[in-house]
Amino acid sequence: MSDDLVNIEVNGVALQARKGQMIIHATDKHDVYVPRFCYHEKLPVAANCRMCLVEVEKAPKPMPACATPVAEGMKIFTKSPKAIAAQKAVMEFLLINHPLDCPICDQGGECELQDLAMGFGRDISRYTERKRVVKDKSLGPLISTDMTRCIHCTRCVRFTQEIAGFQELGTIGRGEMTEIGTFIEQSVDHELSANVIDLCPVGALNNKPYRYRARAWEMQQQPLVSPHDSVGTNIFAHVLRGTVMRVVPRPNEAINETWIADRDRFGFQGIYSTDRVQQPLVREGDSWRAVDWDTALTLVAERLAALGRGRSEQLGVLASPTSTLEELHLLARITRGLGSANLDHRLRRLDFRDQSRDPVFPWLGADIAAIEQADALLIVGSNLRSEAPLLAHRVRKAAAKKGAKVSFVNNQAYEYLFPVAQSLTTNGLGMLDHLAAVLSAAAHSSGRPVPAALQAHVAKAQPTAAHASIASQLSQGERKHVLLGAIAQRSVAYAELRAFAAAIADLTGAQLGYIPEGGNEVGASLAGVLPHRSAGGQGLGKEGLNLSDMFRAKLKGYVLFGAIEPEHDIADSAALQALEAAEFVVALSPYDSAKAYADVILPIGSYAETSGTYVNLEGRWQSVPGAAKPVGESRPGWKVLRVLGNLLNMEGFEYVSSEQVRDELAAQVAGVKPDNSYRAGEVQGVVGGTPRDVGIYAGDAMVRRSSALQQTHAAEGGSK
Amino acid sequence: MSHSETPHGSAGVISGHLKEDIDHWLAKFPPDRRRSAVLAALRAAQHENNGFLTKELMDGIAEYIGLPPIQVYEVATFYSMFETRPVGRHHVSVCTNISCMLCGGEEILAHVEQRLGIKVGESTPDGRFFLKQEEECLAACTGAPMMMVDHVFFEHLTPAKVDEILDQHK
Repeated sequence: MSDDLVNIEVNGVALQARKGQMIIHATDKHDVYVPRFCYHEKLPVAANCRMCLVEVEKAPKPMPACATPVAEGMKIFTKSPKAIAAQKAVMEFLLINHPLDCPICDQGGECELQDLAMGFGRDISRYTERKRVVKDKSLGPLISTDMTRCIHCTRCVRFTQEIAGFQELGTIGRGEMTEIGTFIEQSVDHELSANVIDLCPVGALNNKPYRYRARAWEMQQQPLVSPHDSVGTNIFAHVLRGTVMRVVPRPNEAINETWIADRDRFGFQGIYSTDRVQQPLVREGDSWRAVDWDTALTLVAERLAALGRGRSEQLGVLASPTSTLEELHLLARITRGLGSANLDHRLRRLDFRDQSRDPVFPWLGADIAAIEQADALLIVGSNLRSEAPLLAHRVRKAAAKKGAKVSFVNNQAYEYLFPVAQSLTTNGLGMLDHLAAVLSAAAHSSGRPVPAALQAHVAKAQPTAAHASIASQLSQGERKHVLLGAIAQRSVAYAELRAFAAAIADLTGAQLGYIPEGGNEVGASLAGVLPHRSAGGQGLGKEGLNLSDMFRAKLKGYVLFGAIEPEHDIADSAALQALEAAEFVVALSPYDSAKAYADVILPIGSYAETSGTYVNLEGRWQSVPGAAKPVGESRPGWKVLRVLGNLLNMEGFEYVSSEQVRDELAAQVAGVKPDNSYRAGEVQGVVGGTPRDVGIYAGDAMVRRSSALQQTHAAEGGSK
Repeated sequence: MSHSETPHGSAGVISGHLKEDIDHWLAKFPPDRRRSAVLAALRAAQHENNGFLTKELMDGIAEYIGLPPIQVYEVATFYSMFETRPVGRHHVSVCTNISCMLCGGEEILAHVEQRLGIKVGESTPDGRFFLKQEEECLAACTGAPMMMVDHVFFEHLTPAKVDEILDQHK
């Protein structure tokens, strides 16, 4: 038996617990329930609610289970008369000032205080004095407050301090005057802040947009995967009669733990935006006619087939990287079936020069949870908290809790909210010079040569102490990563940035990793939604045009799949012009924003209205069923594409379920594993253009339509 | 984001003398325990600012010590010795705890209120007096009833004595 274990007895049952562990850890592990409010497994212990008092043999008074370490031979009683009396007494104190407004409280039915009052409260209050009233605080557009209901557990305060990394909420005043708040009236703005809604055990902090819209027991809980970033955050949609009313976290330790980002929670508002397309629309001159699906699809099939006949190079197909894997696979099949190879999903990329070196199955280079254990990280070109809030949380844990050395080479200094070892900021191409200097230092210390293609640049580099320190941090330790963020991937010098990053990773023994932009960008690569590869990285007879070239070539026909809005989603400034000049544009989108240039708009369901699969940045496939009834006559994208395939007389479009589509693709890519290995070589030519700066709540069409998110300071502040 | 609204540059409101004072206290604690100096910093800041704290001062202290401002607000609002709104320049605290209560402390308080024309917690309109809410015993039971004016104890009070003391504070 290990020395780390001690023998304890809980309610007469002998158990073993880890030395130094709190009683509540041991009882939770063995399914012995101890009531609690302030204790939360992800937060530091406060021991201020006293609800978890238990009897411990030889202790003169009841002990808080959350703050009492186990000891050898300890005998604990969680349901003895003394323990129950203590718990009931605490409950009576907590209820003294708590209002009896459960019927009009959104927390009613899913309230920890309500539940425990059933078990430990008295039927009738002995307290006849006047109850305390606390003024509500304004915490911004996401979180509603009813501070009279607060029991001062301080979970929310500890969340902002420990998880978000910047304490925004505090305990103001003392004694009976204690209030939770910001003191100075101001909103709570962190990108994970709305998690306090779930943490709050009472109805003090609630979901503001959801306020008074439904009751917990009326709704059905449906699992979904958030499409707003590449983390693949697990969420539940709470659905009332086919309509998503709110989104809450679906705990998954490996991905999002118990948290979700605010855009995962409130992005769904975009599903019910007023500009949803209700019926298929066909342009007639300057006006639009609503038609039935048969008419619309027949028309689209005819026009696409006409484009396909003999001039397939005149068709360009773009897919949003938030689409499901099934949609992407079918879209790729149809495009190739029409004889076109002009297919792309890399909407915000400008530099396609070395696309042949792109990984077939790009990934983070590690599991999300493993990032927490990293010893050193070099992050190149990333507004990390905006691009992937929950990945940023893991990096924060590595840096703040485990002392990992995290350095940045970035286009500006963002507020990272964790200790940063080195932060090298420069605009535009200067990032390359910094990387060259780090590479020079790494080559010097490792004694290994720099790849031939980079030697000229490295020879000019002048490494400073900061560059040397990054190189040496990456050389030490076991687990280290060089990550390329969205700012790097959108850069006009992406090819060079990657060449340097890969060389640094190689010389220091670090893993090269990517932080992809969309919810399913990894899936899109794997499914071959690319001009130069088909599913699983198979080569093509003839390479098609990449996104930029498709617009430069001013093709006759375009298909836009998913809610692609060129003014936000496509970096290439030629896009809008090319779309307007084209003969035939069909947009498959939930929204009518393509009206300016499209000829047909086919309404497809959003992520909550279709079953489908997403591949996240660690290469994990996650399939979920549809959760909500599609708005109007919109249909799941994969079904629309299946019918289109039938109308185009293509082989093998008889799928009866999205699982069948997924399994077909899965079989095709069965041997393909996540692999970022990089073959060094020359990069030719230069690229022009201005990369798009994408704000935290501007990443896809759906979050751009979330009214709550758009009211936040973060949305106003652009990318900051 | 609110983080950029944290008071960059507001350490400017911290005077040179106050900085010295804070540095003196910071030196007493380990480098990773700078938060420990908040109490002393607030006391010094309040002393320099006619007996009350402003948001600017608290933000300045937060920035100077390197804390989120909310952690300074928490401390300032917890302790009754700190005032987070403008108050009169002479702080009058009348003890009404048990010994003083038995010896007529409450009558003394009523007299002070009547004489100044304000209730506990208020300041006179001319900004001369602030009648402080006293949370606890002021620890001069042998001299009950007593009051404290600007940190000085006055014991064995009578209404006439109170008038005399208040008149001395201009």
